[in-house]
Amino acid sequence: MMSKKQLYIVIVGCGRLGSFLANKLSRDGHSVVILDIDKSKFENLSAEFSGFTIEGDAIESAVLKQAKIDKADAMISVTREDNANLMISQIAKKIYKVPKVMARIFDLKREEVFRQLGIETISSISIAGDVFLRSIRNFVTLPENEHIQ
Amino acid sequence: MNIIVVGGGKLVYFLARTFQSKGYDVTIINRENAECKWLARTLKATVVHGEGSSLQILEEAGAETADAILAVTPNDQDNLVICQLADMCFHVAKTMALVNDPDNEEVFSKLGISAAFSTTRIISSLIEQRAGFENIINLIPISEGKVNVTEVILEKDSPVIGKALKDIGFPENSLIASLIRRDNLIVPGGATILEVGDHLITITTPDSIGKVITVLTGDKNS
Repeated sequence: MMSKKQLYIVIVGCGRLGSFLANKLSRDGHSVVILDIDKSKFENLSAEFSGFTIEGDAIESAVLKQAKIDKADAMISVTREDNANLMISQIAKKIYKVPKVMARIFDLKREEVFRQLGIETISSISIAGDVFLRSIRNFVTLPENEHIQ
Repeated sequence: MNIIVVGGGKLVYFLARTFQSKGYDVTIINRENAECKWLARTLKATVVHGEGSSLQILEEAGAETADAILAVTPNDQDNLVICQLADMCFHVAKTMALVNDPDNEEVFSKLGISAAFSTTRIISSLIEQRAGFENIINLIPISEGKVNVTEVILEKDSPVIGKALKDIGFPENSLIASLIRRDNLIVPGGATILEVGDHLITITTPDSIGKVITVLTGDKNS
């Protein structure tokens, strides 16, 4: 077990990515609260998860307050909606001064704009795209594939 | 003036119709194909089909030359991002957003939207302010509620009947802008004598509205 500081982390969105992060971070010993509008999404959480769940729309100020966002060390917004992620992460960063704020963004053009606002945005499309590209470029440059034009 | 309106339903239809009647150029962005066709046919406005929070759609709607953008979708997050993109990428001078959750009004202003208004809050404050004062009508908050326009009808028991305006001790930061007497508009002066049935159009700050109503109606509970 690595020795590290225990963080209070708020995660918004309990889909595949949100629940993956919540399970791993909870297992690492962090204190995790996860939010989703749809209660059935909490079924994605595994036995590794020992944090709290809150059912509600994080766009409503009252819901983020209930999650004690003002006390959070980190906030990760991974709902399926870009605009929701952008709004929630701006609220966390600008209003509640959460030290570490990250948002998942699908639209690459929008990602560029909001990165300028100081929001740490992560695009699963560009990350997956880079891996695919690197792999296909390696394939082309391998000596045994020289016959490929 | 070029205005872009993002959203749908009756609200967008009537807003666009009102703006057009004032001679503004209106462009509507709407995500429903069928509604776009209907709006384009009924209003003769430019209608762009797509997401208002997409840079490409904003560009197609002429955001570069727009003077104002009004985001009135039912989703606060979309309204916020539409206004922020219009401001940051196209330098639209006025960005206005409808806020569905009244608590988000403060959030929007902290995140730099020039005007955010909550219909829930406006309607509830209208009802609150009107309840109990049937002779006080038509409260319009202007400039995000910093100014109130209020119409007060003088009844028989009003303490100001028969008095000249200069003698009624009207509070500071308030003004009687006009007076409607038997359907005639009068711009009042200090010597104007008040009569039963006069409709006074007052302009006040939120702090002075209570005092104004007390002076005009004699009601100490206001």
